[in-house]
Amino acid sequence: MSGSSNIVAMKKIVQQLRFEANINRVKVSQAAAELQQFCVQNALQDPLLTGVSSSTNPFRTQKVCSFL
Amino acid sequence: MAAQPSDTLATLKTESETLKTKLEEERAKLHDVELHQVAEKTEALGQFVMKTRRTLKGHGNKVLCLDWCKDKRRIVSSSQDGKVIVWDAFTTNKEHAVTMPCTWVMACAYAPSGCAVACGGLDNKCSVYPLSLDKNENLAAKKKSVAMHTNYLSACCFTNSDMQILTSSGDGTCALWDVESGQMLQSFHGHAADVLCLDLAPSETGNTFVSGGCDKKSCVWDMRTGQCVQSFETHESDINSVRYYPSGDAFASGSDDATCRLYDLRADREVAIYSKESIIFGASSVDFSLSGRLLFGGYNDYTINVWDVLKGTRVSILFGHENRVSTLRVSPDGTAFCSGSWDHTLRIWA
Repeated sequence: MSGSSNIVAMKKIVQQLRFEANINRVKVSQAAAELQQFCVQNALQDPLLTGVSSSTNPFRTQKVCSFL
Repeated sequence: MAAQPSDTLATLKTESETLKTKLEEERAKLHDVELHQVAEKTEALGQFVMKTRRTLKGHGNKVLCLDWCKDKRRIVSSSQDGKVIVWDAFTTNKEHAVTMPCTWVMACAYAPSGCAVACGGLDNKCSVYPLSLDKNENLAAKKKSVAMHTNYLSACCFTNSDMQILTSSGDGTCALWDVESGQMLQSFHGHAADVLCLDLAPSETGNTFVSGGCDKKSCVWDMRTGQCVQSFETHESDINSVRYYPSGDAFASGSDDATCRLYDLRADREVAIYSKESIIFGASSVDFSLSGRLLFGGYNDYTINVWDVLKGTRVSILFGHENRVSTLRVSPDGTAFCSGSWDHTLRIWA
């Protein structure tokens, strides 16, 4: 078992943890509000959410269309 | 007097434990509310009617991976039998087929231009095949080997052009490659076991990607420096799939622990768990609808569960596949999603 390579590996882990501990974070309430806002703003443009009708969804048409 | 190696190791271990605790404390300080509480005022979703609209048959064995072309109608899929097929999803016709020199082609991706596909698996490589307009041309002849790992290729995707590919591997690393020269531009080390999945951040968000692995960890990487900028370890088993929320501010993951979870990158924590006591089989693949409100999860119990991302509830369960759902992707314009299964078929749902 090599003592020095374990130390090198541990140093990397400690460095990484220091880096991650120091990043800027926002409150969950703010982050959640922004996620919700994005959903709401884009809801109407989401075909799977709004249930696009057969005439506009190419996968829902019964007949197979040929595109010229 | 020189420090004893064992003392230094012990000091480092203590420091690492202290930092881990500090990380949890910093994250906890900002945990003032749950996502579903913020979403209480959001209108509830109605009933969903989603059905199989097309079934793509032709693979001779388990479908392992699929990707949509930017033209919103073509799909590339790969299988355990070594075949990679390009389909026209509107007509269900097969446009191209390539036989790989290996079985278990676990990864495939469509190039942004629509002119090539990349794939790989047990051959430990990622190869690019330019797609020919001539259906009789042997695609294998123009094959270009791009990436070389020391274990299986688990996922691949082109970056914003046909010129670079990002890969993840059973060797525990991810890497960025130049397609033309086959040169490795950057490697990403940090996972302690096989990396099973990756997803590129939406282009507006900048040069990052997320990966998930058998070490139960998901990592967000800076593509330019190779550094892991954030990591999350809340799953209780392998992470099979990761996918960015459309705004790029969060990502979802699906795991063998039978849950899907949402991690917000600015809050730097898990903000939702999508699970039910009745769901006991692993989630193999996840993707969001265009607005991010719906999360589709393909599971090893052959079903697809549709989750309300904000409220944390399941809105629909889709039956149809006759074996594990192994891969799932929403189309580029969000009009449908495609699932691939161990039952050898792909299904388009809308």
